[in-house]
Formats: sequence, structure tokens, C-alpha cells
Amino acid sequence: MEFLRPARWEEALAAKAEHPGAVPIAGGTDVMVEINFDQRRPEQLLDLNRVTELHEWETGEEEVALGACVPYTRIIEDLRRELPGLALAAHTVGSPQIRNRGSVGGNLGAASPAGDSHPPLLTAGAEVEAESVRGSRRIPVEDFFTGVKRNALADDELIKRVHIKKASGPQQFSKIGTRNAMVIAVCGFSVALHPESRSVRAAVGSAAPTPFRALAAEDFLGAALEEEGLWDSGGALPPSVTKEFAGLCSAACNPIDDVRGSAAYRRHAVGVMARRTLGWVWDDYRGGAGSGAGRAAGDEGGSRCA
Amino acid sequence: MRVTFTVNGRRHEADDVWEGESLLYVLRERMGLPGSKNACEQGECGSCTVRLDGESVCACLVAAGQVEGRDVVTVEGLADYARQRAEAASAGGTAAESASVSTSAADEQRWAAAPAADGVPLSPVQEAFIDAGAVQCGFCTPGLLVAADELIERNARPSDADIREALSGNLCRCTGYEKILDAVRLAAARTDHAEAPGDGNGPGPHSGHGPAQGEVV
Repeated sequence: MEFLRPARWEEALAAKAEHPGAVPIAGGTDVMVEINFDQRRPEQLLDLNRVTELHEWETGEEEVALGACVPYTRIIEDLRRELPGLALAAHTVGSPQIRNRGSVGGNLGAASPAGDSHPPLLTAGAEVEAESVRGSRRIPVEDFFTGVKRNALADDELIKRVHIKKASGPQQFSKIGTRNAMVIAVCGFSVALHPESRSVRAAVGSAAPTPFRALAAEDFLGAALEEEGLWDSGGALPPSVTKEFAGLCSAACNPIDDVRGSAAYRRHAVGVMARRTLGWVWDDYRGGAGSGAGRAAGDEGGSRCA
Repeated sequence: MRVTFTVNGRRHEADDVWEGESLLYVLRERMGLPGSKNACEQGECGSCTVRLDGESVCACLVAAGQVEGRDVVTVEGLADYARQRAEAASAGGTAAESASVSTSAADEQRWAAAPAADGVPLSPVQEAFIDAGAVQCGFCTPGLLVAADELIERNARPSDADIREALSGNLCRCTGYEKILDAVRLAAARTDHAEAPGDGNGPGPHSGHGPAQGEVV
């Protein structure tokens, strides 16, 4: 095995072009487990820790350009106003030790169906900036996951940044696990209100081969809010609307039975999380008089139990 | 490959390191520092917790090559690290600025959970673990000590929720955690008391304090 330690981004791209089989390693929270357990013996490890720009982020007018290696701890502490859904999800990742190392770039690279950052990226609206010596491209996060632990990256590409839309309304995240730390999600759910476009986005993790948006549920809820004039009135959500939304989210799942939970349980749990998180964001929207951004994460920082 | 980095204030060098080797393996098997424990090798248990450039990390998930030129503190150097931090705080500087005193390799390797007559006194967290009876088999203790010390460094008056969260990545299969929580409350209270006099920045010793020492011991 070879240990490649590029100091600059261009060197990293050159190394990846020369060794398409090289496995990028940032925090190591996935890659090192596979190496420790003899499940993976890549010819090369490509350490990205010395490439400083990958550990930085930039907050623009519309979006946050998040370096691929920015650890979850930084997102929780420094970006929860701009990216409340992602910050909530980040808070459910592993433990403090894991959150100090793990990153959204690593989560995307691993492309596990259970990656905690994926549902909030889908609901906030995000693009993955992939680069190689051939050039750079932006992949909408909806198109990024191509299968279980498979993504749209070419062999010579590396994730440089993830461009995530700043929250314009409340966002929530919820996750099922056996305890409040150190769990891979049985299933996860994220919802975001976008009052400026009068739309709602909902995404599900760990209940299909890839994380996905529950488009039918989004469309239904968007139409129901419009029809009832609820964006303007800030009125309470009719229980029938919430119930239908939850049912559509649940129906969009295509889960499997595995050691963490059965398919039937996952379908049920996604419906419950959809109902509860929608209640939370809608309450926040009503309480925040239409400008709920930043309030969704709350000061306690953690996700409420679903 | 060769890897050179600072451990407990002292430069260490390891040769013939395999490229897929973890920092934990290098510490334990190549540098004679077995304080960080090897259990799950997947970041689940926290018993290998060390500080890497100040941050708590699982040493089993850090590739050895990633620590080249960086700064690691293990449980063997925790007492020294805490002492330097306290001295820096009382001198108004930071721990990093005063980290000139280094633990010798012999000191690191002789480390034991009791103050040796000629050794470095224990850190407040270590003392508190002993006083609160927070150690049973002891396997999880080094990781818990490093994680708890980092919490108190960051948050002098942690709430119970803060403590639980900070230690959520460290498993203990003996104690049921209650004595460990006691120990962290005790260490925080003692540290806060020690630093309170003459501290113009922090709130006074009577505002919203942690549990009194008597409750805990």
C-alpha cells in the first residue's frame, strides 16, 4: 500500500488521475474501519488532510460552499444558522470524537443509504462540486447517489466542495436509532420549508437503496398549503393534511429487512417522523412570522426525539 | 514509511510503519504507550481517545500517516497537559504557548494510575476518577479521562446533559456510568474552584455552580 499525502489540491487531483483506484481518506471514520477489519486493501490511500481549502467554508449570499473535509463539529458550531437541517443531522452523527473527524465530503464519498447528512442536503438543495484534472462539474445531490454505496463520481474525480442553499425557512431532521449516540440510522428523515418559493422538501434516508426525496409528498403538501392559504394565514395544519403527507412519505420508501430494523418498521417510522418533523417546522414557521430561518436548530442544538 | 510527530510534548519517530496502520497501533506497539486502549477498532467504544492537535479523536480511526508533524496527547501525558493548561490559565496565556515542558519517554511509559513519588501528580480529572470510585476494570478509563478532560477544558461548568453528550462516544461495561458522571462533576467543580479566585472574567463562585463537592464524594 502507498500513502499519498498531497499538500495542494492540484497535487491531489494529479494523484487521483494517476491512481484512479486510490481511496481518498479525510477523517478516516469509514475508511479506517474497513482497513482495520481487513475489508479493504487499496493500492493507495490518498490523504486529504493537508489540503487546507478542503477544511474551509465560505458563506455567500445564497449558499454555503462547504469544503469536503469540514468536520461535523464545525457545522454544528459555526453553520447551524445557515444550515440548520444539516447541523441537526450532524449532531446525530456518532460521538464527539467521530464528529471531530467525519465530514460531509466523506459521507458523500461513502454514499451509504444511511448517511446522516444526505436527507438534509436533499431538502436544503445542494450541489456536489466534483473535480478532476479534466475539469470541474457540479452534480445536483439528487443525481449523486446511484446505488448502495455508489455515487456519480468518476474514478479520477474528488469532491472539492458541497454548495448548499442557505435556509430561508425552518428545517428539521429526525433519526431512528437504539440510542442517542453511536448509531447508524435505522431510518432518517428531513424536512425543509422554503417560504420564498412556497415549497416544501422532504427526504428520507436508510429506507431505500439511496437517500431520496419524497416528491409526491412534497407536491401534495405544497398544493395543500397553497389551497388553504396557509403560507399567508400561518394557520394550523389540518390533521388530514399532515396524515396524508406522512402516508405519502411512508409509501415512497423501498426499504429492506436488515439487522437494524425490518422493512415494515422503517415504513412505519418514516411516517411517524414525517408527521412529527412537519409539525415542528410548521410550528416554527407560524411562531417565526414567516422568517423561521435560524430558529429551527434551536439553542439546544440537538434533534428532538422522534 | 517513517512517521514523525509530537506525543505528549516530545518528538517521536516511528519507522517501518505500514501505510494502513492506525495511530493507535503506532502509539501502543511502536512507541511503548499502551495507555490508549485497543478494543473495537471502529470508533464505537472511545477507549483509544487521544487529543490530535487539541481535538478528541479515536486513535484507531486516524491513519498513522495523517499525524505526520502533528501534536498528540495521550493519557500518559494528560497530567502534564492539564498542569500546563492550568499554569497558562493563571498566567493569562494559552496551553499551547506554554507547552515547552515535555514528558520524557520514560515518564510516559512509567505512567500509572497513582501519583508516583517522583512522578508527575495526577490531573484533576484523574484524581476525581479515583475519589469518586469511577474506575472498575479500568479498560475504558484512559479514553474517558481524555474525553472528560477535554470537556472541562472547553466547558468549566458542564451540565449533566453536557457531560453525557461529551462522554457519549465512550463505553464502560462495568460502572453503569453513575460514578463516572460523579467524577466528572467533581473534577469540574474542583477545577472551577481552583480557577475562580481572582478570575475577573468568569462568573463568581456563587452563581449557578455545579454540585457541591460533598454531594459527590
